[in-house]
Amino acid sequence: MHGRPRKALKQEDEAASAAKTEKLRSVQAQFLANHHNHIYSKEALDLSAKLLEVNPECYTAWNYRKLAVQHFLSNSDSDPHSIFDDELKLVENALRKNFKSYGAWHHRKWVLNKGHSSIDNEMRLLNGFQKMDPRNFHAWNYRRFVAELMKRSDEDELKYTEEVIATNFSNYSAWHNRSVLLSNLLKRKAEGYFPKEKVLEEEFEHVHNAIFTDPDDQSGWFYHLWLIQQTVKIDAPLLVSSWPSHGSNITLIGDNDLRGCGLSLLNGTLSNPGTLPIILYFNQAVEGINSSTVAIKSELLKEELIWKPLSMNNSNTAQFWVVYLNLGNFELQPSKTYSVEINIGHSKGIISSNGNHFDDPSQISCKVFVQTASSEPTEGQGGKRTTWKDTNFQKIDHFQESDSILPADQNHHIPTTSNWCTEEIGEEITKVRDLLSEYDCKIGKLTLARLLSALDSLSFQYDGRKSNTEEVLQLYTDLMKLDPTHYLYYKDEHSLISLKRITSTRDSLLPYCHYYKDATETITGYVCLRLRNLSLSRMGSIENLLWVQMLDLSHNELQSVEGLEAMQLLSCLNLSHNKFGSFTALEPVRLLKSLKVLNISYNELGSHSIDTTRYLCSSPVSHAEEFAWDRFELLTDSINATKFWEAFLIFGSLTLTELNITGNAVADENFRSFLVKVLPTLKWLDDEELS
Amino acid sequence: MTEPQDPFSYPPIDPVNFDLIIVGTALSESVIAAAASAVGKTILHLDPNSFYGSHFASLSLHDLTSYLTSPHSLPSAATAAASSDSDDIVVVDLVHQPLCTDAETATYDESAFLSENSRKFNIDLGGPRALFCADKTIDLLMKSGAAQYLEFKGIDESFVYEANAGLANVPDSRGAIFRDKKLSLKEKNQLMRFFKLVQQHLDDTQEEKIPKEDLEIPFVSFLEKMKLPPKIKSILLYAIAMLDYDQDNNEVCEELLKTKDGIDCLAQYSSSVGRFPNAPGALLYPIYGEGELPQAFCRRAAVKGCIYVLRMPVVSLLMDKVTGSYKGVRLASGQDLYSHQLILDPSFTIPSPLSLSLGDFPSERLQMLSQRDIKGMVARGICITRSSIKPDVSSCSVVYPPRSLYPEQVTSIKALQIGSNLAVCPAGTFILYLSTLCNDADEGKKLLKAAMNALLTLPVSGNSESIPSVQSDSEDIKPIVLWSAFYIQKLIMSKFEFISSTPTPDGNLNYNALLDATEKLFNQMYPNEEFFPKATSPEDPTDEDDNGLTLDS
Repeated sequence: MHGRPRKALKQEDEAASAAKTEKLRSVQAQFLANHHNHIYSKEALDLSAKLLEVNPECYTAWNYRKLAVQHFLSNSDSDPHSIFDDELKLVENALRKNFKSYGAWHHRKWVLNKGHSSIDNEMRLLNGFQKMDPRNFHAWNYRRFVAELMKRSDEDELKYTEEVIATNFSNYSAWHNRSVLLSNLLKRKAEGYFPKEKVLEEEFEHVHNAIFTDPDDQSGWFYHLWLIQQTVKIDAPLLVSSWPSHGSNITLIGDNDLRGCGLSLLNGTLSNPGTLPIILYFNQAVEGINSSTVAIKSELLKEELIWKPLSMNNSNTAQFWVVYLNLGNFELQPSKTYSVEINIGHSKGIISSNGNHFDDPSQISCKVFVQTASSEPTEGQGGKRTTWKDTNFQKIDHFQESDSILPADQNHHIPTTSNWCTEEIGEEITKVRDLLSEYDCKIGKLTLARLLSALDSLSFQYDGRKSNTEEVLQLYTDLMKLDPTHYLYYKDEHSLISLKRITSTRDSLLPYCHYYKDATETITGYVCLRLRNLSLSRMGSIENLLWVQMLDLSHNELQSVEGLEAMQLLSCLNLSHNKFGSFTALEPVRLLKSLKVLNISYNELGSHSIDTTRYLCSSPVSHAEEFAWDRFELLTDSINATKFWEAFLIFGSLTLTELNITGNAVADENFRSFLVKVLPTLKWLDDEELS
Repeated sequence: MTEPQDPFSYPPIDPVNFDLIIVGTALSESVIAAAASAVGKTILHLDPNSFYGSHFASLSLHDLTSYLTSPHSLPSAATAAASSDSDDIVVVDLVHQPLCTDAETATYDESAFLSENSRKFNIDLGGPRALFCADKTIDLLMKSGAAQYLEFKGIDESFVYEANAGLANVPDSRGAIFRDKKLSLKEKNQLMRFFKLVQQHLDDTQEEKIPKEDLEIPFVSFLEKMKLPPKIKSILLYAIAMLDYDQDNNEVCEELLKTKDGIDCLAQYSSSVGRFPNAPGALLYPIYGEGELPQAFCRRAAVKGCIYVLRMPVVSLLMDKVTGSYKGVRLASGQDLYSHQLILDPSFTIPSPLSLSLGDFPSERLQMLSQRDIKGMVARGICITRSSIKPDVSSCSVVYPPRSLYPEQVTSIKALQIGSNLAVCPAGTFILYLSTLCNDADEGKKLLKAAMNALLTLPVSGNSESIPSVQSDSEDIKPIVLWSAFYIQKLIMSKFEFISSTPTPDGNLNYNALLDATEKLFNQMYPNEEFFPKATSPEDPTDEDDNGLTLDS
């Protein structure tokens, strides 16, 4: 028991314990011999029963019982009913010993599944055990199983959870069971549970009693969070962003020299493009993106298009999808404008991972303008090293074009949210504020932050509405101090909200946009988004950054760049002075086909013996990925194979011209020579030009 | 009124010498009988009534009515002449003064039914009365062994009466606060935080305590300091701490509770809730009525050798002529018995020594005996109804805080409803007990009748067997009173002298104060003896498990 000091055993108790241990060891040895020799006599079975009643955790003994049952059933003289009855009695005795024993519950389920046993007593048994230990989630899992077996209605089970919660509202398992049941009832629109608005309102009222009575008890708060999610969630997949965006103009430059080109920047300027990417960004992972569900009409289209999911786990479902129009085979006429028309979802087939269909057909139209080639081709002058110093950047005072920097049809893709959702979230905000005025509790603050963020996302289309961002940021700042144990979580949330604020409007984004000037002080065609020194620990709002070609994220606290794989136009990326602890954390970079310049200097690559990225990030390196072992072995000698294979996996598919890994523990001469081999296109390594 | 009885109808009592003679079988007397027997004293325990329990008894309806309206006087002693001739003994006649006065009873309906079922009632004389699950009484019952003669059931619900709102649940636990439908969400938060504060204060492992200066201030001031709203204050003070006097009214408050005592009250209450899994709330009630309690202790004493005689009045004291000290008693049968100590029921007293012609007898001692320490009155009410004051609730406790009935109400009123499942009344009927402290009989009865009218209603056609029409104007249908009784009991404190007397029933719901006084009296009488020593004697070979408390689910 928690908090109780352990008492030393008395002499006689110690002796009794030793004798008991010896006896148990003897029983166990005999049992294992029987198991090994497939002995299923009555004495052998009794011995295993004895063992399980003393130690219900012995999985091997439960497996032995299963084998014994199968052995007896194969005998045509056997009576299945009595065989299974004996098993049920044994399970009950074992559960009295330890009603948390997974093996016992699983065995009971196995027996019931055979179909020979009566289920009349199961509820009585369950009620007894759940009274002894009301939170036992094995019992609750078993209860769901039995309720389904005996066709007990969700409504009756819901009533049972209500009674259990009324007795003790700290019962996490009862609240959880309630959410499972309500999900079922809402999904099939059962009578009395439709529309869902009424049900959710009643459930909010129910849980208010718990969170107000004892705000430090988190069981009610978890259920409250589930209710919030049910309120704000949008089932249907939505297209939240795309590149090119609707109504945009794309300018193609014919050579590497950007000198003299106009400042028509934010509509997009691509230099020397062999391909033109089209990026679709959904609100959730979807599948079924193909030529029929997403139809592209354009003179530039000469061949069959293959849509690719930008996915880490090698699956057909992804939140970001990309297709490349191949321009290499096409004779682009100078000074001509080509139109591109993209029709999304006019044919059925786009489905989210939870089975909902994309039902918002939309159209994206943009124009592609081919710039006249420079009359002064300067061969050999291109390929200057990229530097990231302040002197290389010039603030942009204003945009010359009137076009929005953000997708012009942003609002079009967010459907009109029902007023009920907004009102309900607003009421919850009021309630939680009431509670916080009475009692300052951490989880109340966290819930308020979540509710305010949800309200902002629901109310995005109301331009006049005041954002709650400042308050949310302050709440997370407070929580970092109040709850140091979860500091990193609050920091990540703070980071996401900060990025949302920065990218929310054209005016808020402008201070972070700079023109890039190369060594000759000439303004290039690049606009660099400089998000440095912002204490960012996590990337977000990628849907607003699809246009970015040059991104400076240096001097932050990033440990991963999840979501960055959607930025298919990204050419220059600075991740210097962050906290990347492993190459695995850089995995999204692997999918950036346009990336030429990468700076990961002064990170922690090679400093950590354990790669925590595999647990922290949602897309760890998958071993199912095709791995070019042949090429890998050629590039490395066997001694260093295990050390470098992740770096090979990351860099092997890139065509970098510049790479900087200075200041990382891994950056020794062996690694440098390895990199030169892996990246044949590399011209600059650690600010040194390669011969 | 009673004719002098033939002396031969009383069997003689043998032996005639005892360590202790006790007159009256009320709770205190019974506890002392059991305690003294347990340490080997020879005891004679007498009662003039035909039942155990005296003013703590549970009676049939008919016996209750008789007891309240026509208390019997002591008969004169037969064959007194022979004893009075002794030269060294002075005989002082005892006077019996009834404890219950100003009694009025009324039958409103179904008189035939009530008469036929009189014996199915076990009505408490000292009600409302119950035990807290964490009460000292529970510990005493276990320690003394009396628990084996008793069965208890939990009281289903606890209510507090609110003006204009009727009965509200007492949110006395975390779960009850969660379930409550009348507290606002903020009030739930405030009350729970207060309970946590108290719990933390009582927890020995916790560093944080309520400051010492706060413990000395009035509890009501402490609650105000905690910024608790009036509704919650009222619940804590009167429904949970069970205070009698209006703590907000300094002029009339005769007992202003300190914070540390208030915390103790809350501690007992909160440790009572949930102590026994089968008890839904904080309170327990003995099956067959509170009269079972003194009877259990009497049986315990009898097992240890105590001699019991009922229907045996004691008519006189025998005093030493020279020293004036107690020697013995004279029974109604005329027999003289002697003991070292005597305990008298508080209804027994002696007349003022001035009225006696005692010659040169030292009358100062008698002067003290004739004086009684009266500290006020308890007004009690009993109602028999046909339905519960709360649908689907069989037994419940109710508190009316001060000023919840009318502005001049300065004391709490306690109420307890018991249903037939506790074997105290016929099926389909309920008994509602009411009590309040008062200084005046009329004041007390007025309070009780106001409380009765708040919950019950009189039948429209009095003395009619027909079913009265349902009142359409009220949302809740009030139960109909079939029968009621109101009476006043004096509050008399216990006294230790060479002749001791025990306390009368107080106004509390539980027995703690009574048992404290009883234990104190025992320790004064037998300073070198332990109150119910724990060692099991060879005569009582039961083990600990069998001695456990029986609680019906």
